[in-house]
Amino acid sequence: MKIVVDEEKCVAAGQCVVAAPDVFDQRDEDGIVVLLDENPPPRLAGDVRQAAAVCPALAISIED
Amino acid sequence: MAETQTAETRVPEYPGVRDGRCPFAPPAELLQQGKPLFRARIWDGSTPWIVTGHAAQREILSDPRVSVNEKLPGFPYPTQAMAETVDHRPLTIFNADGADHVRIRRMMTAPFTRNRMEKLRPAIQQFTEELIDRMLAGPKPADLVTALSLPLPSLMICELLGVPYTDHDFFQEHATVAVKRDATAEESLAGMQALGGYLTQLLEKKLTEPENDVLSDFAARVKAGELELPDATLLAMVLLIAGHETSANMITLGTAALLENPDQLELLRTTEDPAVVANAVEELLRYLTIPHLGQRRIALEDIEIAGETIRAGDGIIVSLPAGNWDPEAFPEPDRLDLTRAARHHHAFAWGAHQCLGQQLARIELQVVYRTLYRRVPTLRLAVGRDELEFKGDSLAYGVYELPVTW
Ligand code: SF4
Repeated sequence: MKIVVDEEKCVAAGQCVVAAPDVFDQRDEDGIVVLLDENPPPRLAGDVRQAAAVCPALAISIED
Repeated sequence: MAETQTAETRVPEYPGVRDGRCPFAPPAELLQQGKPLFRARIWDGSTPWIVTGHAAQREILSDPRVSVNEKLPGFPYPTQAMAETVDHRPLTIFNADGADHVRIRRMMTAPFTRNRMEKLRPAIQQFTEELIDRMLAGPKPADLVTALSLPLPSLMICELLGVPYTDHDFFQEHATVAVKRDATAEESLAGMQALGGYLTQLLEKKLTEPENDVLSDFAARVKAGELELPDATLLAMVLLIAGHETSANMITLGTAALLENPDQLELLRTTEDPAVVANAVEELLRYLTIPHLGQRRIALEDIEIAGETIRAGDGIIVSLPAGNWDPEAFPEPDRLDLTRAARHHHAFAWGAHQCLGQQLARIELQVVYRTLYRRVPTLRLAVGRDELEFKGDSLAYGVYELPVTW
C-alpha cells in the first residue's frame, strides 16, 4: 500500500489524524496533513482506508 | 397540502417542519421524496435543488463547479435578513471559493489541529467537572443549557481566542442575534457591528501585549503586514460565533435523546473504553445533525447528477440531516445506535468547507457525555417531553431549555 497526499487540497480538518494517528499528522503552523509513513504496515491498512474515506477534501489517495 | 393544487405548485416546502412526535428526525417530506435530489420551494418563492441523498451530497459538496459565492444571482439565501445584508458581508471562509477560501482558511486552521485540541482535553475535563459541581450544589431542577451546555463551549472558545470570559454576556447576546433566523437585517447588522467593535479593541490590545492565544496570533499577522485589522476582526468574529451555539446544542440535544434511549445511555455510562465513547459521539452527531438549515450553494456550470441536470445558476441546498438519515448510508437511520459505524456522517458537512472546529467539538462532547451521566446517574427530565421547546428558528437546531433533575 502506498499513500499519496495532496497538500494543496487539504483543508486541515484533522479527520485523517483521528482515523490513523500512526500514519498521518498535521503541521503545527497551519494544520496541513503530514504523511508519517508512506508505506504503512498491513495491520494499519483498514485505518488508512478509513482516513481516505473520511477526508472531506479528498486529499488522500491510496495506490495498491 | 390541499389536493386541488396543480402539479406545478405541488413542490414540497423547504425547510419543512420537524414532526413534534419525533423532533430528532428530519422533516418527513425531505426523507420521502424517493430520490436523492429534487426541487422545493423556499421562503422567497424560488425553487432551488434540495439534496438529501448521502452519496449525492458528497458529490455536490466536493464538486468545483459548485460555489458558495452568495453574491451570485440565484443564490438560495436561508433567510430574508441574509438576503438583505449580502452586500455588507465581506469575504469569509463561508462565502469564498477556491484559492480565496484556501488562503482565508489556512490562517484559521493552526489552532484547531487534532493534537492541539487533545492538549485542551484536561482543561475541558476540569471545566466540565466544575460546572457539574456547581449544578449539583444549586437548586433543583436546573436548566442544563445555562448550567453546562452553553458555558462549556463558551469558556473553551474564549480560552482559545484569548477573549475574557467575563465579557461573555455581552458577546453571547450579539452572537445569538447575528445568527437568529428571524432577526431583521438591522438587528443582525447591529449585532455584528457591536461584536466587531469589541474584537477590534481586543486585537489592538494584543498588538502591544500579545499572549498565547489565537487573537494574539492574528495580531502578530497584522503587525507583520499579512493581514489587515478589519480582516483579523472578521476571522475572530467567525470563530467566536461559530464556536458558541453549535456544541452547546449538541450537549443539550444529545442529553435529551439519550434520556429517551436509556439502554444507549447505559452503554455510554458504563464503558471504560474511550473508543466506544468516541464512536458514540459520532452516532449522536449523525442522529441529531444540528446544522439544519442546509448548506447553501449555487451551480457555476451544468451538472449531471443522479439522473437530473442542475443548470448553471441554479440554487442548491444540501440538507445535512436528511443525508445523515439516508438508509443507503445508515441502515435503520431512525435508530440511535451508539455502536454503529457512523464516522462517514455529514454533521460537520463535507468537502473543503467542512467544519473547522470539529476536533474541538468532538473532544468537548466526548468529555461531557462521558462525565455528566456518570457523575449524575439519576439525571432525568424535570418536565414532560412534550413541554420541551425545540429551536426551529436558528442556524443550529436544539432546545431552548432542558430542565433536569436528579
Ligand atoms: S482529513 Fe484530509 S483535509 Fe483533513 S487534515 Fe487530513 S488530509 Fe487534510
